[in-house]
Amino acid sequence: MPFANPLTWANIAPAVGEMYLTFAVCAILMVDVFAGERRRGLTPTLTLVALVIGAALQLQFGAVRERVTLFDGMFVADELGQVLKLAGYLFLAVTLLYSRSYLESRNILRGEYYVLMLSALLGIFVVVSANSLLTVYIGVELLALSVYAIVAFDRENPIATESAIKYFVLSAMASGALLYGMSMIYGLTGTLELDAIGAHLASPMPLGVILGLVFIVVAIAFKLGVVPFHMWLPDVYQGAPTCVTLFVSTVPQIAYFSLVLRLLTHGLDGAMQAWSQMLIPLAVLTLVVGNIVAIVQTNLKRMLAYSTIGNVGFIVLGFITGTPAGYSAALYYTLVYVLMVLGSFGVILLASRTGFEADELEHYKGLYSRDPLLALIMLVLMFSTAGVPPFVGFWAKLRIFQELWATHHVWLVVIAAAASVIGVFYYLRVVKLMYFDAPAGELPATARSSVRWALGINALAVIALGVLPGPLLDLCARLFK
Amino acid sequence: MDLPLLSILIWLPIAAGVAVLVLGDRNIIAGRWLALAASVVTLVLAVPLWSHFDTGTAAFQFGELHRWIPAFHADYRLGVDGISLPLVALTAFMTVPVVIAGWRVIEKRPAQYFAAFLIMEGLMIGVFAALDSLLFYFFWEAMLIPMFLIIGIWGGPRRVYATLKFFLYTFLGSVFMLVALIYMYVKAGDYSIASFQSLPLTLVEQRWIFLAFLLAFAVKVPMWPVHTWLPDAHVEAPTGGSVILAAIMLKMGGYGFLRFSLPIAPDASRELDLLVIALSLVAVIYIGFVALVQQDMKKLIAYSSIAHMGFVTLGAFIVYAILTNTGGLQGAALGMDGAMVQMISHGLVSGALFLCVGVLYDRVHSREIAAYGGVVNTMPKFAVLMVLFCLANTGLPGTSGFVGEFLVILASFKASFWYALLAGTTLVLGAAYTLWLVKRVVFGPVANENVAHLKDLDGRESLVLGALAIAVLVIGVWPAPLLNVMEASVRHLVDQAVASKIPL
Repeated sequence: MPFANPLTWANIAPAVGEMYLTFAVCAILMVDVFAGERRRGLTPTLTLVALVIGAALQLQFGAVRERVTLFDGMFVADELGQVLKLAGYLFLAVTLLYSRSYLESRNILRGEYYVLMLSALLGIFVVVSANSLLTVYIGVELLALSVYAIVAFDRENPIATESAIKYFVLSAMASGALLYGMSMIYGLTGTLELDAIGAHLASPMPLGVILGLVFIVVAIAFKLGVVPFHMWLPDVYQGAPTCVTLFVSTVPQIAYFSLVLRLLTHGLDGAMQAWSQMLIPLAVLTLVVGNIVAIVQTNLKRMLAYSTIGNVGFIVLGFITGTPAGYSAALYYTLVYVLMVLGSFGVILLASRTGFEADELEHYKGLYSRDPLLALIMLVLMFSTAGVPPFVGFWAKLRIFQELWATHHVWLVVIAAAASVIGVFYYLRVVKLMYFDAPAGELPATARSSVRWALGINALAVIALGVLPGPLLDLCARLFK
Repeated sequence: MDLPLLSILIWLPIAAGVAVLVLGDRNIIAGRWLALAASVVTLVLAVPLWSHFDTGTAAFQFGELHRWIPAFHADYRLGVDGISLPLVALTAFMTVPVVIAGWRVIEKRPAQYFAAFLIMEGLMIGVFAALDSLLFYFFWEAMLIPMFLIIGIWGGPRRVYATLKFFLYTFLGSVFMLVALIYMYVKAGDYSIASFQSLPLTLVEQRWIFLAFLLAFAVKVPMWPVHTWLPDAHVEAPTGGSVILAAIMLKMGGYGFLRFSLPIAPDASRELDLLVIALSLVAVIYIGFVALVQQDMKKLIAYSSIAHMGFVTLGAFIVYAILTNTGGLQGAALGMDGAMVQMISHGLVSGALFLCVGVLYDRVHSREIAAYGGVVNTMPKFAVLMVLFCLANTGLPGTSGFVGEFLVILASFKASFWYALLAGTTLVLGAAYTLWLVKRVVFGPVANENVAHLKDLDGRESLVLGALAIAVLVIGVWPAPLLNVMEASVRHLVDQAVASKIPL
């Protein structure tokens, strides 16, 4: 079969992000190999520059007027993908900015970290642009393999290695489930292309499709950290070096969002009733377990892990609505949530020092008297994550509530509201420790690096988007028109 | 008048608060003066709001409208009518004494203290001025954050418990209000309060909406049995925090009933009015007894606040009983007038009483009633003012406390003799717990060493308490201007409250 579309630049330009990142991964790997010990700082700087160039290229060539598919329908480029990829560049750049001094102070500033981050980003991009079951799987695996390695990259650290293995074993099962579910769908519809699967789904749905769907939903639930498939998440968050946790909890969220979007709401749109019914109990469990278990945590990273689980419940609620408006609410929630988590882990990174991990809640006692600015930033982020106005987290929750009401999910509204009240408690506890308690003993001062500015801007963004939420909300709404 | 006066009233204190925060504890002298200047300027700017207010109409005035969130038709929509204007003025008025009262007393993190109160002032004015329910909710919740910090940082020994309880209680109530607001948004298509008020709703819908609102506002007022956070919060809060809590924050609950519950769910309000009236009477009587046995001055005033706020909810919901009993609306407005005057009066009186306790606490560092006695001997000036405020608290004619209680009891008579009789017990109970407090703290022989060494009010304290005393007396003997401002809006509200919204 001859190619319908010859390989001209105009035809492949929308895939500029993936092509560029592939090149960048190889180039930076080479540079790192030859830079040697003495020019350790080269790779991080180069990676940041690469991200900026990537974003510029994406803006220049990646923009598409309307949805186009490339490579025989394997790859899709649309405005949503464009926004998600730009967000990916931005979030990864912030992650790298925050983590550098942490890596340096622990003497683990290695090139692999940066190369693996870029390859994970490439995996994310592939998922974002996937229009075929195969592309989805390739992207998910590229991302997952990069993340296993990043979690374990501090090889001297046994806990990190342990959590990497745990993550790997469990995640491999999820990948298997995903592949198994995909094969069933493929067997029953005869196509891998997501655009075409919808057309081949007969009504009434054959049982095989439902069965395949179950496996796909399980895999997605695992990736997102939905209860009862969440076991890996707290261990990985706590065990990984904080700069890795920062990455694991933020940038891949874009991929997981796209995974649900491309697979369920696009490819399996016809089975919406079925997967939405499956997601409802999962979402309820996730909201309840995530928020309640977070209360009893004594480790801040682990608490934020359960907080992530609780928040993922909200994102899933957005999908349960089964409407484009609901998906846009989920997208908004994802973006906002990543913004807030970036800041929260950024604070942990700054509060840590050589030989001292500020990851226990105890360490935040009296943070105010040691570092008022850092405490203020954390206060903003905690209240925002709790969903208290005037911060942006409130609007994210509001959007979900709105769409649940619009689709008459009364009980889900009530449960989500109750869960968010429970959630407030443990976020307030962090504020309480920082502001109301006296410092417990002598703790090292917090890092005074230029990262503080970035963190300050991060917190300001949380405030600004909270007071004037219009533009971002409009953007998210437009992407699903 | 082209100045966006309401916006200035909201954002000026907030901007000043941020500036004080930036100046920090190192430049606290500048910070203090900036805080004072900002609160005074806000008060001065509230004067044209009052003087240019057209009392002939129930329409919202000083309106402002800007696009805020086009995605779901929530606008930055401000305006005041006769119900919100007095509350905006009260907020602007009460922040000045709080700033002055904290002038020297606050030694720990003073910049944050002043910043928190200024930011809170702006947010509270925003609550009263917002005509978009989402904007209202935005301010309503945002305000919890500074109060949470105020109680938690500058509070007493059990401050952490008190502030967490305060936050969680109010947040729990508010979340369900938000759920109700979103429900109406889905039906109405935008978030403006006016479109909610004109939105037809079936009785079942109204019932749920009413209950959601009741949860939010009852916690805030607070009504029995969800009042338990208030005594804790008051006891642990620093003086300024108690003042704002009692004077303004509780009024938001009352305001919510008047702005949301009655006009948005009138049929459910009519159906469930007995519930609110019963809870109000429980507050008046039972909480009155509870106040009687308190050992702690702040706790006593806190319980007294709950009892007094019972009059506000009683006055607001008595309208239906009057309607069924007399067949006409004569006197219905009386209850609402009473509720409004009671809110303003209680704001002034309870704020003043907490300031009085603060004056004593700064000197002796105890709030126990038993730690005092015979204060009049060493602090005559203070004693005069304290006795005045206590008498106002009992509803003595000639003070503001009288007007509100009298109007509500009068309205209750039109509804039912029993309501009036039960509400009237407050005249006995209120007098009992307040005057007993006066007897034990102010009068009698000098009780101990501490009291013997008390110094009378200094200029700063005299100024603050004196200004409040004048306000209490002026409203007491000449409430006409206040009633005048409210009249048109209250009549309009009564019309809304009795008009059915059930679609035919």
